[in-house]
Amino acid sequence: MAVFQECLQQFNKSPIDAKKCRSLLAKLLRLIYSGEVFPAQESTTLFFSISKLFQDKNQSLRQLVYLTIKELAATSDDILMVTSSIMKDIQGGDSVYKPNAIRTLSKVLDSTTVNAAERLFKNAIVDKNPILSSAALISSYNLLPIAKDVVKRFTNETLETLQSYKQFPSSQFELHEYYGNSTSNLPATSFMYQYHALGLLYHLRNYDKMALVKLITSLSEGSSLKNSLSIIQLIRYINKILVDDESLIQHLYPILAGLLKHKSDMVELEACKTLINLQHLIKDDQFMNIITTLQKLLSVPRTATRFAAIRLINKISFKHPEKIIIVNIELEGLINDPNRAISTLAITTLLKTMGAGTIDTGSTGGESVDRLITKMTSLMDEITEDFKIVIIEAIENLALKFPSKHKKLVAFLTDLLREDGSLLLKTSIVDALFDLIKFLPDASAKQLILMNLCEFIEDCEFTELSVRILHLLGDEGPHTTNPSYYIRHIYNRLVLENSIVRSSAIISLAKFASVCGGDVASNVKILLGRCLNDVDDEVRDRAALSLKFISSNQKKLIVSDSKYDLAALESKLTHYLNNEANFATKFDISEVPIITNEELKSLEYNKKVNKLDEGSTDASESASKDEGKKDTEKAGSDDVANDLLKQQEYAQELSAYPEFEAYGKLSKSTMVPVYLTEKENEFVVTVVKHFFIESKKLVLQYNITNTLPRSVLQDISVIAQPDNEDYVEDFIIPLSELKPDQTGTVYVSFSTPSIEDEELLAAFGNTVAYTNKDIIDEEGNVDERDEGYTDEYQVDDLEIVSGDFVTPLYNSNFTAIYDALPSYQSSVAHISGADTLENAVTKLKSTLNLLPLDGSDYVPSDSTSHILKLLGKDVWGGKVAVMIRLANSSGKIVAKIEAKAETENFSAIITSGAY
Amino acid sequence: MGQVFSFTNIFGKLWGIDKEIRILILGLDGAGKTTILYRLQMGEVVTTKPTIGFNVETLKYKNLTLNIWDLGGQTSIRPYWRCYYSNTAAVIFVVDSTDKDRIDIASKELHTMLKEEELLDSALLVFANKQDQPGAMTAAAVSQALNLTDLKDRSWSIVASSAIKGEGLTEGLDWLMDVIKDEQL
Ligand SMILES: Nc1nc2c(ncn2[C@@H]2O[C@H](COP(=O)(O)OP(=O)(O)O)[C@@H](O)[C@H]2O)c(=O)[nH]1
Ligand SMILES: [Mg+2]
Repeated sequence: MAVFQECLQQFNKSPIDAKKCRSLLAKLLRLIYSGEVFPAQESTTLFFSISKLFQDKNQSLRQLVYLTIKELAATSDDILMVTSSIMKDIQGGDSVYKPNAIRTLSKVLDSTTVNAAERLFKNAIVDKNPILSSAALISSYNLLPIAKDVVKRFTNETLETLQSYKQFPSSQFELHEYYGNSTSNLPATSFMYQYHALGLLYHLRNYDKMALVKLITSLSEGSSLKNSLSIIQLIRYINKILVDDESLIQHLYPILAGLLKHKSDMVELEACKTLINLQHLIKDDQFMNIITTLQKLLSVPRTATRFAAIRLINKISFKHPEKIIIVNIELEGLINDPNRAISTLAITTLLKTMGAGTIDTGSTGGESVDRLITKMTSLMDEITEDFKIVIIEAIENLALKFPSKHKKLVAFLTDLLREDGSLLLKTSIVDALFDLIKFLPDASAKQLILMNLCEFIEDCEFTELSVRILHLLGDEGPHTTNPSYYIRHIYNRLVLENSIVRSSAIISLAKFASVCGGDVASNVKILLGRCLNDVDDEVRDRAALSLKFISSNQKKLIVSDSKYDLAALESKLTHYLNNEANFATKFDISEVPIITNEELKSLEYNKKVNKLDEGSTDASESASKDEGKKDTEKAGSDDVANDLLKQQEYAQELSAYPEFEAYGKLSKSTMVPVYLTEKENEFVVTVVKHFFIESKKLVLQYNITNTLPRSVLQDISVIAQPDNEDYVEDFIIPLSELKPDQTGTVYVSFSTPSIEDEELLAAFGNTVAYTNKDIIDEEGNVDERDEGYTDEYQVDDLEIVSGDFVTPLYNSNFTAIYDALPSYQSSVAHISGADTLENAVTKLKSTLNLLPLDGSDYVPSDSTSHILKLLGKDVWGGKVAVMIRLANSSGKIVAKIEAKAETENFSAIITSGAY
Repeated sequence: MGQVFSFTNIFGKLWGIDKEIRILILGLDGAGKTTILYRLQMGEVVTTKPTIGFNVETLKYKNLTLNIWDLGGQTSIRPYWRCYYSNTAAVIFVVDSTDKDRIDIASKELHTMLKEEELLDSALLVFANKQDQPGAMTAAAVSQALNLTDLKDRSWSIVASSAIKGEGLTEGLDWLMDVIKDEQL
């Protein structure tokens, strides 16, 4: 506070000592910049004393006065007292502090005083001194929140400045000794005011898209923008417009394409980035221009540029590795880049393009994988663990997406496992190997990994990892051709390790005994018998228990082929515990759904693959890109694991209605509600379908939201008219009232045909019927005597599709399942509404509601035909496998759909509804 | 060292060099304060806008350095006058002699101001401004309306002026300089 006192003392003196005051202000500013905040009263006192410094004309003092007032403006009262003095400086003061003055003015003005400064701002914006002009533009921008209508009147001046040429005043630098003779080398202008002018104009025109497009067009003609930042900003505005309205691409693409070649690499990068985000709108040869630019940027000396370029290339590699194969040479060169971030990105990108390249090119691709692995092996010694982990993940992804390449990659991982490393690193390797065991179809690959893990635990210092591996060996080992190999390794643990590891080893061994039986079982029993004398309680207990289970043949207690759905179990338990009245009856575990190992694997695989794909749609994605769409997609993937829980909730809701009591078990509900109206309609209607297969019932749950602000809806029901006469309406549960912004549910119940019947699929026409009453007062009441008027409102049709009867299922061996399934049907169809193979795959995947396997949902963009393999499980308990051959014949996608299913008739339903 | 210092100090005091004399120009809005300030400083009539805050100028007048503060006269600004009272040698109070409606308000503001402790020793010069206008009150009438004769223990004077024509200003200022010199020595 010494500074505070000294300021008051010095500033109130007459005459004042400019030099002293200046250094005091510097001290004060230092306090403020480092976070000191003065309470309003002190700040105001300071402010008034500083205002007295206006009596001195010293330029350097005046500059600091402005800086300080700008900072104090937020916390002081009555700051308007300096308005006139500042305005006078801007009109006639020295050009050194004019920019400071105008910036401070914008902090001092309020809505009552801003009009007095209008002329001043206009003049400053068009001033020929670029520094003053910039200051005025930025200050106008800062004034937008308090005086948008005033600032709007600066539009012409701002436009004029945007297209003008302003030079730094020659005297600007001579004022400072520091610049001395170097003045001649300084640039004549930076055109920075263009950036500021553009930013302001954008805000003034923001709400008028066409005006903005016109501005963009006129600015890009004749290259009137000289400032790189302003061009980058222009590109961002173009991007925003295109995200909003893709149809403008024809018009705006040439501008972006022109900027792919520019003398500033920042501009080139921004153009590339924007076009990559819009890649679905541009043609392949246009895309190549982006790659060419990036390729050039990969070899510039500036590290930041190389990094940005390789990041973009890496981003492309997630979805379209084949498009960047041509930069492989550059990428290989970058593996040795002195910047580790760049070399790591180079490797992860190469791992992607390798995969893409080798699918078609076979042997030559194989060589490049070898070369890459050699390079990586040598690099591994030099890089930090963080980067190693990134590379490990990339390798796992590659092996998962392209299982045919697994051998080399697994070898790389297991080699890495043998080397020194922290728990974190080893965990990431082990995680990767676990996933590969789970999801690689090749039995020999599995065996290879398991044997390597055995070797690893022989000399593993991390108890945690040993335990996990032992557990896995117990699950997988008994099903291999050489269980005794694993038993040996596990037994070694019993002899050599700590008690935690020993306990795990016991359980693991027990599994071998239980699954393999015979000699294996009797050998294991001997081994376990020796453990009954172990020094550790837990080990002894487990050994005794396991022996008991084995001899009494309680296989189920040792190995389980299913487990409870934990999310559902938790919700059931919470529900149970929340009301003591429930305690009268025992908790009924049978209500908790059981997930088989197979289903669990499907969930995990889905999660895994979604996680991999998320990488490609991550952060740099243009911020506002179709929010709604993204939401539902996200919900779709995140919910996979929660679907069962959701189903549980639906079942609970339905069970509240006695009408549904006799329907029995809810077989399946559709997860994502289908919108039958636009989201901003007067009513918003969504629907969920609930199937009760055993009792042959379908319950349609219509969720209706009243978005009319002045109406109350009463007696709401839905008339659902099926086009299939085997669907017979049973009853409607209507909704009595909906106030504005309320959402309620109408249920309509149908008796349905069964799978044996001729036609299972149907479409429903839907009409909402209701009575409308107007709201008459502020409380939202209606007139009691008002009869209202009845009305009907037609909403979209609803379809019952084959996807409603299945859930996606994972299996690592699609072909074997497909071959084994009995009932076969095929059909040929155009996929309507899809113009690329990729779109067709996305569409089929979601309508059929099946899981794509063997990485078959990935379509290389240069291919003209594709095979999609889908697997699922139907509500009758059978497996469904679908093989779809897709061909692109001049923009039309033709599909041959072959479906096989365990449930009779179902394959025909799939093939008939797939387009 | 100290000797040299005190010597220059006395020297400065004697000759009025290096000593700034702080003067406030106060009065209701539109009275002509800003016009007077710049007429004194630049010798010409400038176009003015209502003063939001203050103007401060330094000018040499007969070997003296004057530090003149012209404070805005709007109702919203008047409360802040007092922030600038300290060390004030003289107050120039400007009255629009044609504004008979507000002369009472002007009088009230004047007397409130003069009660302030910090201004007890300051001299008071009143300009009965805008004399070029027809129907302007005379200096005597203004003096009467402002109850200037009630003022005790203060050097004061009233001068009829026209900032536009430049009349009366130097006359008033000359009187002020004499009073201040007397008091300082
Ligand atoms: N006729 C006339 N007009 C004056 C005189 N002095 C000031 N004005 C006008 O009165 C208006 C207000 O003057 P200004 O100096 O801004 O008053 P302030 O609010 O006291 O600073 C301006 O239009 C001046 O031109 C004067 O002596 N005679
Ligand atoms: Mg004024």
